[in-house]
Amino acid sequence: MKAITPAESTAAGRCTEFVVPVVNIFETEDGYALEAEMPGVNKDGLEITLEGNEITILGRRAAEPVNGEVLFRERSAADYRRVFELDPAIDTNKVSAKMEQGMVTLALPKSEQVKPRKINVSD
Amino acid sequence: MNLTRYQRPDLAWTGFGRLSSLRNELDRLFESPWTELALGSRLLSGWTPALDVHEDKDSFVIRAELPGMNREDIDVSLHDGVLNISGERKTEKKYEEAEVYRTERYLGKFQRSVTLPAPVTADKVKAQYKDGILTITLPKTEEAKPKQIDVNVN
Repeated sequence: MKAITPAESTAAGRCTEFVVPVVNIFETEDGYALEAEMPGVNKDGLEITLEGNEITILGRRAAEPVNGEVLFRERSAADYRRVFELDPAIDTNKVSAKMEQGMVTLALPKSEQVKPRKINVSD
Repeated sequence: MNLTRYQRPDLAWTGFGRLSSLRNELDRLFESPWTELALGSRLLSGWTPALDVHEDKDSFVIRAELPGMNREDIDVSLHDGVLNISGERKTEKKYEEAEVYRTERYLGKFQRSVTLPAPVTADKVKAQYKDGILTITLPKTEEAKPKQIDVNVN
């Protein structure tokens, strides 16, 4: 049996609690757009993994300075994580992400084959 | 709370049918202790951004979560020792024509007030918006700061 070192157990403890970021998902003719709210996360803390037809969004909060004692607390300190299963029509090679003011926007374009195409009728 | 909870088949985004927003909210309400309180109040009163208040000897620091906003849509004001944060999060025009699969994000107007427990210097209040978090630093007035008094023993 593998021994558990303190570093590993700390890391595991940290990873077991996540906040599920709220999302909006839209579909256009060209593909999907997914917006996920992760306040406190910047570009460096964002980790997006594509595996098969699953996409995992992981957001680690940037460290915040501690300012004395807490009078009131509603915010969570946990990191964000959410997994989505992707429509097979999505071209996973062309997925891109943008991070702006704690909101990540994923652009998930559909592959060329499934996009509606207009066929010209010849005489 | 463990990780596997969130990977239930219901979360799978298959591109089929739309779940109503109420259904989503109910699912989330029963599933997540983190959001239970916040959602309970949200269902009744719209959008209330979460905030923290800290105090040290010189100032109060308030942090509010306002992801995905424009700086100019956030208003911060101080009146009679009450700090007001308000604003409006607008819909993106580019998605107006799009098919909507999930709308969990709260849009529209919000407002929160914090009554400060001690007087602050209004003209030295600073607000910063970064990574979707609004940080407001309110320095206490000289009178409100704790003072060390030396006791002379003759």
